Amino acid sequence: MTRSRRLLVLAAAVLLLGGLAAALVLRSAARAEQTHAGDPTVAQGRVALGQQDRLAFLNGAGGPHRGALVSVPLQAPQTERTASGLTCQRFHAAAGTGVCLNSSPGALAQDNKAVIVDSDLRPLHSFPLAGTPSRARVAPSGHFAAWTVFVAGESYGAAFFSTRTTIVDTRTWAVEPDLEKFSLVVDGRPYASGDVNFWGVTFSKDDDTFYATLGTAGRTYLVKGSVSGRSVTTLAQNVECPSLSPDETRVVYKKRVLRGASLWREHVLDLRTLREQPLAEKRSVDDQALWLDDRTVAYALPAEGAPDTTDLWTVPADGSGTARLLAPAASSPTRLG
Amino acid sequence: MYLADRSAPAGAKTAPDGAPVRPPAIAPTVLALGAVSLITDVSSEMVTAVLPLYLVAGLGLSPLGFGALDGVYNGVGALVQLTGGHLADRVRNHKLIAGIGYGLSALCKPLLLLAHSLGPVGVVLALERTGKGLRTAPRDALISLSTPPESQGRAFGVHRAMDTTGALLGPLAAFFILNAAVGGYDAVFGVSACVAVLGVVVLMLFVPSGAAPGPAPEAATKRDGAKRGGAVGADPDGTDPGGAHSPRVSVREAAALLRLPRLRALALCAALLGLTTVSDAFLYLLLQDRTGIHEQWFPLLPLGTAAVFLLLAVPAGALADRIGRRTVFLAGHALLLAGYGLLLSAPHWPALPYLVLVLHGLFYAATDGVLPAAVGASVPAKLRATGLAVVGTGQALARFGCSLAFGAAWTMWGAGPALAAAAAGLCCCAAVAGFVLRPAAPDTEPDSATDPARLPRGTR
Repeated sequence: MTRSRRLLVLAAAVLLLGGLAAALVLRSAARAEQTHAGDPTVAQGRVALGQQDRLAFLNGAGGPHRGALVSVPLQAPQTERTASGLTCQRFHAAAGTGVCLNSSPGALAQDNKAVIVDSDLRPLHSFPLAGTPSRARVAPSGHFAAWTVFVAGESYGAAFFSTRTTIVDTRTWAVEPDLEKFSLVVDGRPYASGDVNFWGVTFSKDDDTFYATLGTAGRTYLVKGSVSGRSVTTLAQNVECPSLSPDETRVVYKKRVLRGASLWREHVLDLRTLREQPLAEKRSVDDQALWLDDRTVAYALPAEGAPDTTDLWTVPADGSGTARLLAPAASSPTRLG
Repeated sequence: MYLADRSAPAGAKTAPDGAPVRPPAIAPTVLALGAVSLITDVSSEMVTAVLPLYLVAGLGLSPLGFGALDGVYNGVGALVQLTGGHLADRVRNHKLIAGIGYGLSALCKPLLLLAHSLGPVGVVLALERTGKGLRTAPRDALISLSTPPESQGRAFGVHRAMDTTGALLGPLAAFFILNAAVGGYDAVFGVSACVAVLGVVVLMLFVPSGAAPGPAPEAATKRDGAKRGGAVGADPDGTDPGGAHSPRVSVREAAALLRLPRLRALALCAALLGLTTVSDAFLYLLLQDRTGIHEQWFPLLPLGTAAVFLLLAVPAGALADRIGRRTVFLAGHALLLAGYGLLLSAPHWPALPYLVLVLHGLFYAATDGVLPAAVGASVPAKLRATGLAVVGTGQALARFGCSLAFGAAWTMWGAGPALAAAAAGLCCCAAVAGFVLRPAAPDTEPDSATDPARLPRGTR
């Protein structure tokens, strides 16, 4: 092939591939604005954290309100969604305080932040995050918020992927940037190790006690911690992403069913007897579940056929019954009121 | 191609009258391969930049499991590199093997859209890594074979600078797309696939196919060098005139490579030093841990290293050609050691994080391209890819071992002592390397006995 011939082929390839790439971007951009037949309907409206008997979650349905915090009646969660102007990757709220983990594409790197909002979703305080948002929780009193982010090396070529969990006092804005600095007791003995990771905090009503996951030396533990005492103690093994029941007697959590595999089953652990009960959900759940009341938990599962959304499901917390769809194209459920 | 043009004064001043002091031009093949790497890196870094968010926000997965998987990939990747290198020498078609590697990686980008859980995503990434492993050695062999021995360092420097440029542009492109199309991960993966295919097209069009231990590419290099206009496409249809009738390369012959004292020394030193080179991810964590820089800067740290690497890869390579690759290679490790030292003492300087990143980038500039340049000068042409793969594999496995050991040390002793141990290890290994590589057999000298095609050019 002559040089000019090759340049011609190159130009053709650039045009063809460039056109294809542009088409892909445009299609994706158009889809972001589009709603599909059969999708839940969403309308702009007022969402406030104090509204009674409503359920809030992040809308995963395509269209202009994708990613927005929406609310629905608790008794009719599959009816029209009311969309707020707040977009998040993760959201949780309690007692009129919300935490929104937001990740937006910056110029050079992902711009991640945690925003604490008041009951009208007005931002009160914003904290930069070191990585990709993962879990978020607000204490029942609204006085504390916690979040977990993934801190990655510069590429998936880096042999390191760790978590960082932060607790904030929403009254004083005092920050515990990293739970790993807390004193740690494992199986009754003081413990220190460089590979300690915490994730998935859940708070008690007493404004001090919290539960979380501790990962170290290839194992995971349920830990009970004290914010004021800056300490955590292990309670049980193979517990991830605990969520404390409203009556504070149990936690629902994901239990790894096979060492090394990313397969989890939802279980409930009785905190007094430490007896565990598998739930009726048979699919692998990778979420920090939410108690809708003392008998029912809700969690997200990847949506069938739509790779980039999740659906919300519920299952009884005592192992009985079956899993039921709560809301399609939704994530990060939270009870309002 | 301004990088290559700008590199010219760094090598040696071009005399105004075009006198013989003019350094040899960068071979069109090197520029073509640099362009291929640049394009491919844009493609793969686009994916890398959005992957954690896609997994967590898009698929609702927790990517913690990746840490474990990653170790396996690295081991597999290193072994694949060895296979790729040897295969390329065996079939005497470096371009074919490199092309398969680039093609496999390109194929993986759209596959990511079909993988909806951690398992399949892991498999796709493993395939991507296999493609990368396959292409590394044949690509470096092509660079090495198309460049006269006395300017190997500069050629690799040009290639690495272009490669890093791609790595910096990739995230920019990805975030641009995500800004244009909210939640458009499919668009990012799709565009990434298009870009990767373009890389393969450039490879097919502008890179000659031969391992070519014959004189033809040399002549081509010279001719094109003289009329070089900075474009990548100045190469005639390069085939493999010399290789077609040369004897087949056997595994035994490849294994005999390790009897070459120079290669053995280089492989040993690369592995030894690799054993004490803390992985980038650990270094950035240490940097944040010990200097207390703000969280929001954390994702930008690798960009600092890359920018310094990008700017200094060509001058460092040219310097290595002039004063000796051993000197520059060892100096690079000394700079890394200085970086470790700074992190250990952690003085309260506001400039400390910048300084460490500059040292880290300098380390890459002084070693990443200089090592293959040194290897290229000590391995016969028909075993070039195998030789490069042997050293590369040794280094990769050693670095993987270092990651494991460093992780364990961090777990047991904490960050500071682990780093101190790594620094002590690096100090010892650098001393050993300095001794083993002592200039009894100068590495800048071409091994003309085994490599008749590489007759010295120029008068330097």
